[in-house]
Amino acid sequence: MSSATATLGVPAADTPPSGESLRERFGGIVESIAIPLGALLVAMGLFGLFMFVIGKDPLQVYRLIYKGGFSSAFAWQNTLQRGAPLILTALCVALPAQAGLIIIGGEGALVLGALAAAVTGHALDGSATLVVQIGMALAGMVAGGLWIALAGGLRQYRGVNETISSLLLTYIAIAVFNQLVEGPLRDPASLNKPSTMPIGDANMIGSIPGLDVHWGLVYGIVFCVLSYGLVRFTTPGFAVRVVGGNVRAARLVGLPVGALVLGACFLGGAAAGLAGMVEVAAVHGTANASLIAGYGYAGILVAFIARHNALAIVPVAILLGGINASGGMLQRHLDLPDATVLVLQGIAFMTILASETLYGRWQGRGH
Amino acid sequence: MNSRKSPVTRRSVLKALALTGAATAAGPAFWPRAEAAGSLVVGVIYVGPKDDYGYSQAQAQAAAAIRKIPGLTVVEQEKVAETTDVQKVMASMIEQDEATLLFPTSFGYFDPHVLKMAEKYPEIRFAHCGGLWQAGKHPKNVGSYFGYIDECQYLNGVVAAHATKTKKLGFIAAKPIPQVLRNINAFTLGAQSVKPDITTQVIFTGDWLLPVKEAEAANSLIDQGIDVMTMHVDSPKVIVETCERRRIHVCGYHADQSALAPKGYLTGAEWNWITPYTTHVKAAMSGTSMPNILRGGLKEGYVKTSPYGPGASAAARKRADGVKAKMMKGEYVIFKGPLKDNTGRTVIPAGTSHVQTDVVLEQMDYLVAGVIGKV
Amino acid sequence: MDSGLGWLGVPLAVVGGALRVSTPFLFVSLGECLTEKSGRINLGLEGVLVMGAMTGYAVSYYTGSPWLGVLGAGFAGLLLGVLHALICNLPRVNDIAVGIGLMLFGTGLAFFLGKPFVQPSAPLLHAIEFGAWSDSTQIRSALRVNPLFIGGILLALSMHWAFRNTRWGMVVRMVGDSADAARAMGYSVNRVRLMATACGSFFAGVGGAFLSLYYPGSWNEGLSSGQGLMAVALVIFARWRPIACFWAALLFGGAAALGPALQSVGVTGGYYLFNAAPYVLTLAIMIATCSPHRTLAGAPGELSVTK
Repeated sequence: MSSATATLGVPAADTPPSGESLRERFGGIVESIAIPLGALLVAMGLFGLFMFVIGKDPLQVYRLIYKGGFSSAFAWQNTLQRGAPLILTALCVALPAQAGLIIIGGEGALVLGALAAAVTGHALDGSATLVVQIGMALAGMVAGGLWIALAGGLRQYRGVNETISSLLLTYIAIAVFNQLVEGPLRDPASLNKPSTMPIGDANMIGSIPGLDVHWGLVYGIVFCVLSYGLVRFTTPGFAVRVVGGNVRAARLVGLPVGALVLGACFLGGAAAGLAGMVEVAAVHGTANASLIAGYGYAGILVAFIARHNALAIVPVAILLGGINASGGMLQRHLDLPDATVLVLQGIAFMTILASETLYGRWQGRGH
Repeated sequence: MNSRKSPVTRRSVLKALALTGAATAAGPAFWPRAEAAGSLVVGVIYVGPKDDYGYSQAQAQAAAAIRKIPGLTVVEQEKVAETTDVQKVMASMIEQDEATLLFPTSFGYFDPHVLKMAEKYPEIRFAHCGGLWQAGKHPKNVGSYFGYIDECQYLNGVVAAHATKTKKLGFIAAKPIPQVLRNINAFTLGAQSVKPDITTQVIFTGDWLLPVKEAEAANSLIDQGIDVMTMHVDSPKVIVETCERRRIHVCGYHADQSALAPKGYLTGAEWNWITPYTTHVKAAMSGTSMPNILRGGLKEGYVKTSPYGPGASAAARKRADGVKAKMMKGEYVIFKGPLKDNTGRTVIPAGTSHVQTDVVLEQMDYLVAGVIGKV
Repeated sequence: MDSGLGWLGVPLAVVGGALRVSTPFLFVSLGECLTEKSGRINLGLEGVLVMGAMTGYAVSYYTGSPWLGVLGAGFAGLLLGVLHALICNLPRVNDIAVGIGLMLFGTGLAFFLGKPFVQPSAPLLHAIEFGAWSDSTQIRSALRVNPLFIGGILLALSMHWAFRNTRWGMVVRMVGDSADAARAMGYSVNRVRLMATACGSFFAGVGGAFLSLYYPGSWNEGLSSGQGLMAVALVIFARWRPIACFWAALLFGGAAALGPALQSVGVTGGYYLFNAAPYVLTLAIMIATCSPHRTLAGAPGELSVTK
């Protein structure tokens, strides 16, 4: 019987970390860099072929992708800004995955986190800025965390499949969000764009000094590093991975399976809720329907490509951000439709996923 | 820019031209820094696909029209979300394409995105569709353009009143916001000016593009005996086609949809964005100050009506043309007292008239008597 | 008959909506059911559905025959299914992740290639008038049923029968329940899964053609609002039983018609919540019927989502 984490791509918990030989470890590092890069090159080749078939010059296309996403300080800021929200929403998939759950409801946690943050921000307006901001972050994380923990709880205590319930909960969260924003929580002054009351300019968290990228990027990276540390180096993290690897074994050794599952879900949801708080506090200043932009869904892709490794999420999210940034160039200069970016992402991710089959071939371990 | 690379670039462009045979769009827009120096680069940003038979298409038609102006280059980007994405797209057009006049066309781009970018790039002109620019509060390099399309919806209502047998009209709308409510009210008042006991049943779908839900809403309304429909959603195609299939009359919105309903199409309310686009381009080219508020209706050429379809009777055409002639002269007032909303509250007292330019109308938060629905 | 139905219109609209809206859910969930029975999950059917919708519309536009369009949609789906299966046949590749990638790829390709078909009008599928006996236009409209809906029912029945009574059905189930047993019997697990995924995607493509060629009956980029994804969820809801997939699709379609129907009779508040009715209903039924103490009956043993 294949265990859940094996199918999820999470490294099994019972792999002895110290038992690897130097050669194996070194081979692993080389592999984990060389294989995705090679896959990316193959994907660029396939995409170029596609462009050639429809009558565009592939070299021109590559040049524009480079120019739009990676050529200059401006392009890099564009790329980082677009990648930032995806780091947090990807954690909403990667953290529950450690406990063996496939959660695809990050979008719901994001919008509810944003709503809670906006309401809290408005309620605390007038307090010290730091108090308001911390209050907003906590409110967003708790709202998002509880929403995903609900999916985890339904799974743990009612046996409801968490993949479906988290998807259903997303649709429900968006309906609740819209109903509240256009109903009881609506700022009467928000005429043609129904929004909640503004949190106030003084409480906005703004951009990283010297960069045109908001603080969400830093929050995301910090959250990723902490998550990695938690999962890799702490006892609860190890316990969660045991649950993810084999629930029966976890019960046998007396682990509190329910609490661990709920905790992993809560932390994942908290990450997405924080992404919602950042959208409110760094971008919009209120909660409104513009927040529902699909970041939660894009995060699923990032998490799976990163194989649910919290540290790998950062470069993958930035790569996706770069592709998105360069999409504008392709539209504006080659008159290609916006869907070109989707095709490129689709090819790139299918290729990277197919390349998973190559891992372990050069480690001398065989399979 | 690296000069060593430009021959390659130009050769590649030629290759692309030879390959596609249709690269007219790609040619002049390419590397504006090298090839379009000294001319005006205009960036247009759409929230949806630019061929949606609706909101974005109406804007894209104007963009296509100004493309023909000599010395002008247009760069376009579609399906841009109302998040930091649109800020980055505006910045890219400015920094990477040297655009100096931008048309961010979705309402949701205005606050905070356009305002933020306008502060950051004070030399660049931002012409936004629909926002309410306020002197002193908003940057001077931001302009807002919008059309009084409720005039056309009023005319839709006049024609619809002649076509309905059940005296029940239907209106499928996305969200209860002032722009939408104003259209619903104008449509109803136009119909009631012909037959005072006409009602309009409203369905709000909750979002701007939901084809299946819009079709479901149309079917529900038709099952309730509604026999003339109009709408305010981003892409009316599905609703117009559903009405044609169920053999009822329909009035179009945003763009001309008569081809989709050859039998049932009565007339339609269309944007004519070429007028404000041309105004902004001329101002930018001559360097005159930013026109901050551009508003206009039929008279100013900001909106237009679709040609009448076969369902519009001679009497309907005559009556509507009469009202339209008065609107063209600026003599017709749609919203005047006494006017009650559908809860019985007086919203405009007797003796008060709101001419189209009155900003009170841009804050409308009620549905007039005769509309079945709740804000 | 000119007057409306008033409140009677609500149940009629729900029935009509169930007949109109459910077909894509039915085809996608049957396709997914077949794929999952073979022990593999294809989350990419959303992309297949959209690709099918676009291809169906384009083929119908070029050939003038909507039925050729349906066939074209099926084959477009089949190709994407083969792609999914071939990648998943590689060792250590995760089928769920590939499905998410396929969702993106299929949707992107459909939008990319579908640009020229947003504007033109293609010939659409015709309906069968089951309501011809009635004088009421509303009843006639509600009972206007597309042949694809009938086809979906027949497909559900034949899949139900084939899983139990044909060698093919048993092989698919065996591969899904225990790959080792299937290998021991001399069957190629990968080949069976390839077939099951390809056929399942063919069905999903046909479901997409229903969207573009019948209801709502046009091609544009907002056509699918997650129907493909929800249909995958419905399979687990239906416990991998084809007949139950049919009831689940019908329930979901009917619930989707509730919101607009209530507004059309004047219940206008809370429309976001009414529009969420299908999701709430599905979740409520799942909570009521699931149990933590037994594994899902009927779940293929090799399936990664159910353990």
